[in-house]
Amino acid sequence: MSTATAIIRAGAAIPCRPWTRHVLARADWTAMTQALAGQPALALVALWADPSEAHALFLDEADGAVLVASTAIVEGGYPALSPHRPGAAWYERMIRDLWGHAALGGTDDRAWLDHGRWPHSHPLAARPGPMGPAPEPPEFLPVEGEDLHQIPLGPIYAGITEPGHFRLTCQGETVVRLEVRLGYAHKGTLALMRGKTPRTAARFAARLSGDSTVAHAIAFARATEAALGVDAPPRAATLRAVMAEIERIANHLGDVGAICNAAGFAFAPARFGWHREAMRRAAAAAFGHRLMMDAVVPGGVVADLAPGGPDAIAAALATLERELPELVRVYDNHASLIDRMVGTGILAADLAQRFAAGGYVGRASGRAFDARRLPGYPPYGSLEVAVPVLQGGDVDARLRIRLAEIAESIRLLRVLLDTLPAGTLTVSLPMGSGEGIGCAEGFRGDIWHWLRLDNGQIANAFLRDPSWAQWPLLEAAVEGSIVADVPLCEKSFNCSCSGVDL
Amino acid sequence: MVWRRVFRTLRDGPAAEPAAKLGEAAVRALAEQLDAAAQTRLGRSLSIRHVNSGSCNGCELEIHALHSIVYDLERFGLRFVASPRHADVLLVTGPLTRNLREALLHTWTATPDPKWVVAMGDCATDGGVFKGSYAIEAGAGGIAAAVPVDLKIPGCPPTPAQLLNGLRALLEANAR
Repeated sequence: MSTATAIIRAGAAIPCRPWTRHVLARADWTAMTQALAGQPALALVALWADPSEAHALFLDEADGAVLVASTAIVEGGYPALSPHRPGAAWYERMIRDLWGHAALGGTDDRAWLDHGRWPHSHPLAARPGPMGPAPEPPEFLPVEGEDLHQIPLGPIYAGITEPGHFRLTCQGETVVRLEVRLGYAHKGTLALMRGKTPRTAARFAARLSGDSTVAHAIAFARATEAALGVDAPPRAATLRAVMAEIERIANHLGDVGAICNAAGFAFAPARFGWHREAMRRAAAAAFGHRLMMDAVVPGGVVADLAPGGPDAIAAALATLERELPELVRVYDNHASLIDRMVGTGILAADLAQRFAAGGYVGRASGRAFDARRLPGYPPYGSLEVAVPVLQGGDVDARLRIRLAEIAESIRLLRVLLDTLPAGTLTVSLPMGSGEGIGCAEGFRGDIWHWLRLDNGQIANAFLRDPSWAQWPLLEAAVEGSIVADVPLCEKSFNCSCSGVDL
Repeated sequence: MVWRRVFRTLRDGPAAEPAAKLGEAAVRALAEQLDAAAQTRLGRSLSIRHVNSGSCNGCELEIHALHSIVYDLERFGLRFVASPRHADVLLVTGPLTRNLREALLHTWTATPDPKWVVAMGDCATDGGVFKGSYAIEAGAGGIAAAVPVDLKIPGCPPTPAQLLNGLRALLEANAR
């Protein structure tokens, strides 16, 4: 039997930059899904659709090759990937709700984004259907056992968070199962992007998940540039990286504070929050916006560094670098705090591998993937980004990955600012057609955007947030924990609702 | 190490920044909006409940920033509470997705009168970039499609300073 890779490569090639897309006949697609069982190193990164085809993006962990496979929708469906790639189940539910394509033989066909409240079902299909019946009460997976009770949480939480519903089934204090129900933040982003120019559509990509606005904007810009066969000028690429590293540091600082806060340790959010605010202000001084929203556009960046920008960034980094070792010592020396972190919410390495978890979730469980190194994109090629990896898989490991990444991003930022190339900030985009894929490493992990341009307008697009891989793993990591540790696990994963709700 | 930190805090003072001056016009306009009952009952402090109606999470980042020691909210009498039943103000972010309309209405109903609703950010104000989507409540635009809005703080997202000024103006107006 040939490998899934060979089957995909044998499919008809459709121009898509930088990775060719292969269209597989129904029989070949079915053979490919079955061959996946024997090729565990071929990770499913994303699964999405358009009105006439289903698309899958794979990454070969053995050699770093990226493979894109498609198959035509026949009689309203396509053979499912979820029997051999469990991470595909959420995508298949999303595809059914948005395009109406059924995953034949899939492991889960419950509604996902569609809560029966939109004016019509299958909003992205060529012909949207009538309004679906409200799936109330939502159907949760069955749990069997004695003396079980349920704790429903959300979508409105007792905190400043995103809207999602957590259904905890517990036996006494022990969590038997966590099931997450999302879709509350579904804003119809993909539909809004259709028919827009890349420049206009970039505003939606920048608002898929506000905390990763720079990283999503970079992935979208790179996908557009790939589709049109242009490259952003070197100065723009470097400025993008400066913004991305500031975003990474600021979010990691916030996360470390939030994780410690979930254990009731108020000192950490106070100090880490102070440094995060300093980073946000440096971003505002350098790029005119605290989150740097809409600063990255297809073709380049909107503006150059403000005159006082490099000094503001350098000052924030210096203050952070001075206090960071002391903050880490405080963390290390609080036995009651460490006791809550170590051994809590362990994510097994094989699960992280099977779901191709990126970012701190994957790296804390032994998966070293980082899109800045592989497949890599400018300006990271010459920077030799150090990627920390731990094997523990617990809350403590996910926190320490963040601390190590903060230190590495400080180093990268200094190099980037010292070696900022001169030159223009944008390249003009031709009014063309084509397909492109862009990726970027956000603070949560690898982000992938695919889009098809038709005469300068978005015909179809899909934006893949790292949270797609991380939500199901949170469900797995929480299993067997006590209820009081659920917030710790949740903060250490910090998955995005908006990012996967689309 | 603790003593060193205590010493440094004594020497440098608190991390909180001095408060900025409020715009008189904004305060007067808000004061006119409030009914007399609210003024006598709420006094000079406000309990705030955040409600996410489908935001991109950018607004939440800035609420977290406002919650930091740099802004030190509680010195103004402002604090975030965990339940709408304890709240005077609902601080709503997001464009109000259809999937969250019912949750917002439940939260609003659970908040005792007198209460205020603050629409935070361009999305909550008028739908923002998501205006016109099938997944967003149509009508007045933003959260006004479901609940009466007392104060709008636009921005994408508003800065913590803008947010703080809006909330303090509400407090000032309330005390008059």
